Amino acid sequence: MSSDLSSHGEVAIPDASGAGDPIPDPGLPPHEPRLTDVDEQAAKRAERQVATLFGLAALLIIAFVVAYLVVPRHAAFLGFGASNLALGSTLGLALLFIGVGAVQWARRLMDDHEIVEERHSSSSSEQDRAEAIAVVRQGADESGIGRRTLIRRTLIGAVATLGIAPIILLADLGPLPGNKSAHTIWRRGTRIANDVTFKLLRPEDLELGQLVNAVPLTLEDLPEGKERNNARAKASVILVRMEENQIRALPNRKNWGVGGILCYSKVCTHVGCPVNLYERVTRHVLCPCHQSTFDLADNGRVVFGPAARSLPQLPIMVDADGYLVAQSDFTEPVGPSYWERG
Amino acid sequence: MSSATPKAVSAPLEFLDERVGLAKLVKSNLRKVFPDHWSFLLGEIALYSFIVLLLSGTFLTLWFKPSMQEIVYNGAYGPMQGLHMSEAFASTLDISFSVRGGLLMRQIHHWAAMLFIGAMTIHMLRVFFTGAFRKPREINWLIGTILLQLGLIEGFTGYSLPDDLLSGTGLRFVEGLIRSVPVVGTYVSFFLFGGEFPGDAIIPRLYPIHILLLPGLILALVAAHIGLVVYHKHTQHTGSGRTNKNVVGYPLMPVYMAKAGGFFFIVFGVTALMGALFQLNPVWIYGPYNAAQVGAGTQPDWYMGWVEGGLRIMPNWETHIAGFTISWNIFIPGVGLLGLLAVVMSIYPFIERWVTGDNREHHLLDKPRNQPTRTGFGVAGMTFYGLLWIGGGNDIIATTFHLAINDITWFLRIAIFIGPVIAFMITKRICIGLQRRDRDKLLHGTESGIVMRLPHGEFIEVHKPLPMEQAYELAAHDRQEPLDIGAGVDHNGVEAPNRRILRLRARVSRFWFGDAVQKPTAGELEAAHTHGHGHDDGHGELEAGESEAHRPEVGAGSGKTPT
Repeated sequence: MSSDLSSHGEVAIPDASGAGDPIPDPGLPPHEPRLTDVDEQAAKRAERQVATLFGLAALLIIAFVVAYLVVPRHAAFLGFGASNLALGSTLGLALLFIGVGAVQWARRLMDDHEIVEERHSSSSSEQDRAEAIAVVRQGADESGIGRRTLIRRTLIGAVATLGIAPIILLADLGPLPGNKSAHTIWRRGTRIANDVTFKLLRPEDLELGQLVNAVPLTLEDLPEGKERNNARAKASVILVRMEENQIRALPNRKNWGVGGILCYSKVCTHVGCPVNLYERVTRHVLCPCHQSTFDLADNGRVVFGPAARSLPQLPIMVDADGYLVAQSDFTEPVGPSYWERG
Repeated sequence: MSSATPKAVSAPLEFLDERVGLAKLVKSNLRKVFPDHWSFLLGEIALYSFIVLLLSGTFLTLWFKPSMQEIVYNGAYGPMQGLHMSEAFASTLDISFSVRGGLLMRQIHHWAAMLFIGAMTIHMLRVFFTGAFRKPREINWLIGTILLQLGLIEGFTGYSLPDDLLSGTGLRFVEGLIRSVPVVGTYVSFFLFGGEFPGDAIIPRLYPIHILLLPGLILALVAAHIGLVVYHKHTQHTGSGRTNKNVVGYPLMPVYMAKAGGFFFIVFGVTALMGALFQLNPVWIYGPYNAAQVGAGTQPDWYMGWVEGGLRIMPNWETHIAGFTISWNIFIPGVGLLGLLAVVMSIYPFIERWVTGDNREHHLLDKPRNQPTRTGFGVAGMTFYGLLWIGGGNDIIATTFHLAINDITWFLRIAIFIGPVIAFMITKRICIGLQRRDRDKLLHGTESGIVMRLPHGEFIEVHKPLPMEQAYELAAHDRQEPLDIGAGVDHNGVEAPNRRILRLRARVSRFWFGDAVQKPTAGELEAAHTHGHGHDDGHGELEAGESEAHRPEVGAGSGKTPT
């Protein structure tokens, strides 16, 4: 290869003779004239072609303005939004024509003799390096940063301490978690309501094999916006009804259901998507985000997918008025795992 | 300036030159040479789509309201009137339905974002496979890896802003991901979201990150990236007249001003046409975000698909130690894969430099075949990425091809380890095969398709000599033989102190270059030409039974390369 490329280090570089070995460089091939170089008519044609593209672009911009003013906002055309289609296609084609015109001009008409430019090594010369070091040394000497260690150390200390300021300023970004993640608004006696209509649910409202999305009725008491949304994100549940003899409840969960109706958290224990794809034959519920699958007849156990923990179950009962209510809050945190969860 | 220039032009130029020394800048830069190759356009596409993003994004900020304040919608889109939603979502609907050209700009912005990351990714592959990351361009490679990752985050923050059902689900995933970080996860999540999920702070907080902080960083890094390209001058492919010490191509003015400038308009035009014709992210179909709802077939934008796939195929491992929980099932694919991408990409040029011990500057690009091991690694990486990406769509694949999602997931869990190894081996073999063919062509020329019968009855295929330019191009790369560290003992038979590292390096070097086919030496070339078509080119059976005496004549009419 070339002479200015030297190697460092104690190990010999593998032989790399590169270009020219074993076949010598024949040099740049001779310039081949294009049709437009030798035929004046062809050059004229190319010029007209480019000019036509630019002219069409200008016309399309005018069409764009007309479309903006004339095409009604909500009209449809061939299933497209007419305004979007008209504006986009005129603007897009105008831009495309300008671009194609310019490229065509360069390819057909501009001089196409290849130019050779020499490269220089990216590094500075030895002399430049020496001079650079001298300049830095001189500056350092004149400042006295090397000698005056007290100044140097206190400066480093001050600037390092300064780094604390922006970090401390960010402390008000959020409250500390506390044990908020461990609780929801479910309490003993909280009534279970349909999640859209807030209609209260009785056991007889659920048919065999049915799944109902539900929320605590107390959600309605919370102000709209952040508070209600945050509460909903944790307290949403699904109610399912199955044959009582199909339920394989853990010993301590024997009385958590009402006549074959079980209630589970709707928040996937993986990363928190709502689980909502229910297969009534297998009584499995699947999370549409990452396909974690839970067996609702078997305490919400994970049967497939990346979720590690069972779907938390909400113990329910029927109150004096015959409505489905919670026996208590969830007995474990709902949603994705976290460090302090234990 | 020149006296022939009209005063209307010369006066402002003179004004500028007297103040900023314009003439010097113009003189040294305007005729800068850039080489021509289609693969050099990939980086340009990334650059231009970024400019399209800045333009269309600025338009969108004029109407978008980054607020999670809940309002009742009474805008132009009938089906959602009366619904409760955030101001962010309502203003996105307004941009789509009430602002003329608003939907077009939204769709241009989103398409350009997909194109930006796609072009960066393919540009990165081009740079990798041609070895353009080698000295002196390692720093630019690092800037590129940072740009790619900033692009991923920028894209994610962007599609999280409209506060539709899909974007909220994406944020839910991010919250779960952050929570999986040991020790600090819960705190980081509460600080980012201003409390519990979803809260009302995340969109106002992502907004300045998306429209100011990240674009500013990207813009600064893009400027540095291009500045370094100008300083180093562009790499070029091998070819006659193109050496490591020159750059052959066309000047910035006028050719590349027209070509590159024109190409910007082409990229902008194509994104505008896509915005006009291809609908994407129809948020009015998804509806406003509700933490209790999710659409089936929920998918992130394509560039997050591989992380999504990692999350889907990861086994459900979770560890409980001393009252604390570590969610490997989320942490490994979520945080680990992004970290893996960053680390592997960043250190690769330095690993290869260590193995080769090569400290020279490289301005000529490699043909991927001439670096079988590097190319094998690249394809293995692409296979790894591709398998994860398939995992990200496992539900779509299951429903489209009527397969069991469990089978797809299990297949991928195994293939993710085996696939890249197989891809590496196959790619390396293909590269070596291509190298053999190149060597063969150099030694014996190309097959002409003309079969000739010799007077004594032998059939041979006439080989045509390679044109000089082609022959030169096939042989212009470095010879890369494994590192020879010698005996490594001094006069007294004592091993050098760094011998162990050297031995390791030699072993890695053997793995890297041991199987590569070397181009012929001048001697081999000479022998092949004087000896006629040799026996090592696979034509042996045609000549079976022939005596040596015929060879020179045969050789004259066949198997000739130039020189």
